[in-house]
Amino acid sequence: MKLLEMNHVRKAFDGTEVLKDISLSVSEGEVVSIIGPSGSGKSTLLRCATLLETMDGGELVYMGERAAWNDASGNTVYEKPAKLKHIRSYYSLVFQNFNLFPHYSVLKNITDAPLIVQKREKEEVYQEARTLLAKMGLENRENAYPCELSGGQQQRVSIARALAMNPKILFFDEPTSALDPELTLEILKVIRDLAKEKMTMVIVTHEMNFAREVSNRMIFMDKGVIVEETTPEEMFRSTNERTREFLGRYHDLG
Amino acid sequence: MSFEMMLVQLAQGMVKSLGIFMWTLVISLPLGLLVAFGRMSKNPVLRTIIKLYISIMRGTPLMLQLLVVFYGPYYLFGLQIGGSYRFIAILIGFGINYAAYFAEIYRSGIESMPLGQYEAARILGYSRGQTFFRIILPQVIKRILPSVTNEVITLVKDTSLAFALVYMEMFTIAKQIAAANTTMMPFVIAGVFYYIFNLLVAVIMEWFEKKLSYYR
Ligand SMILES: Nc1ncnc2c1ncn2[C@@H]1O[C@H](COP(=O)(O)OP(=O)(O)O)[C@@H](O)[C@H]1O
Ligand SMILES: [Mg+2]
Repeated sequence: MKLLEMNHVRKAFDGTEVLKDISLSVSEGEVVSIIGPSGSGKSTLLRCATLLETMDGGELVYMGERAAWNDASGNTVYEKPAKLKHIRSYYSLVFQNFNLFPHYSVLKNITDAPLIVQKREKEEVYQEARTLLAKMGLENRENAYPCELSGGQQQRVSIARALAMNPKILFFDEPTSALDPELTLEILKVIRDLAKEKMTMVIVTHEMNFAREVSNRMIFMDKGVIVEETTPEEMFRSTNERTREFLGRYHDLG
Repeated sequence: MSFEMMLVQLAQGMVKSLGIFMWTLVISLPLGLLVAFGRMSKNPVLRTIIKLYISIMRGTPLMLQLLVVFYGPYYLFGLQIGGSYRFIAILIGFGINYAAYFAEIYRSGIESMPLGQYEAARILGYSRGQTFFRIILPQVIKRILPSVTNEVITLVKDTSLAFALVYMEMFTIAKQIAAANTTMMPFVIAGVFYYIFNLLVAVIMEWFEKKLSYYR
């Protein structure tokens, strides 16, 4: 089943086209990595998928439910807010700079939205949050505040916060770019574990070895278009000049 | 007049000053937030009106504003004024003046919040109201506390401007006693009162700041 479908997405900022007719679909259990030079539109694509940004044209569908579609003149129209609120519950997003709530403890960061937004049972939410924290190796930090944690720990809390909402699909926008190499490894391990559990994920990353090992499919974007979309093996054997040139910069062409 | 007598009368004035102080805060702190929303509104008409209101409140003397609020109904509409309207006029005058100052403080605090906080809340499904009151406002309060403290300390001193409406707060009483008894003493005592008042304010605000220092 297709969890996410994006069809013919267009987006411009001040007349400059940033996404040019991008189509992308993600099935249940898939891990898709998006790579590409900075400024190629990767974040904008994730932001359109997560309704942080509005598309100029194109269609956005989660679980067969349309969030947005084209009107007769090819401009995107969005669903009503109530429906979009429902569609938001299908996904979550992990940010590059975590965006934890600094005034909330670790535990509250994770439990607040399930309690307030999803109005779930307190017992159950707390139990689930503690299980998630244990999974993230943070079982004894539940009363800490984000400012007392390392970057790697903060990012693990933010992943737990996203998972606590029980999303069907999890987006990551360069989850390790704000971290030292050492802390990067701990985050990559967490994502790898999620992949083993068949969590559906779309990951924008510059960690080529990681992307290659963890994903079922890789997408190479450049200048607002998808240049190539294929398996990791194929991607690293690509004959496409732009792909080769980009991957060559990472010295890990196999 | 004996020293004790002076003290008693001034203390009674102090209670009235404290009343102005408390009521002004109760009115202007929430009103200021509403004004800040208007100032940041998407509606250009509302935004311009609020901007004008704030600039008048900040650009003219509070004493003049108090006189306009108190005498305005009489001069403009021929309404009978006096009695309980004296205190109401003081609350209106102080309330709308301080709301303007607090609005600008709120606004600077709200605008200093990183966009990522709003985006994280949006992804997690918080409504606009939940985002503001659960995520944004608590952090804004921490950020603006030092500016609010300054404003509150100014307010303690500004309560003396109620003398312009011959309201029997401490400064008005001090002036009357001084004139009747040709002595500086009531001013000295009033000064000490104001000073202690502000020391207390400083201690309380410091306590708040400390309470909010559990995070950065
Ligand atoms: N809010 C915005 N306003 C104007 N231009 C933007 C905005 N967001 C992104 N851009 C521009 O869109 C292009 C793609 O940006 P982005 O999606 O962040 O790329 P990537 O994530 O691949 O580095 C860049 O040229 C960037 O400057
Ligand atoms: Mg980016």
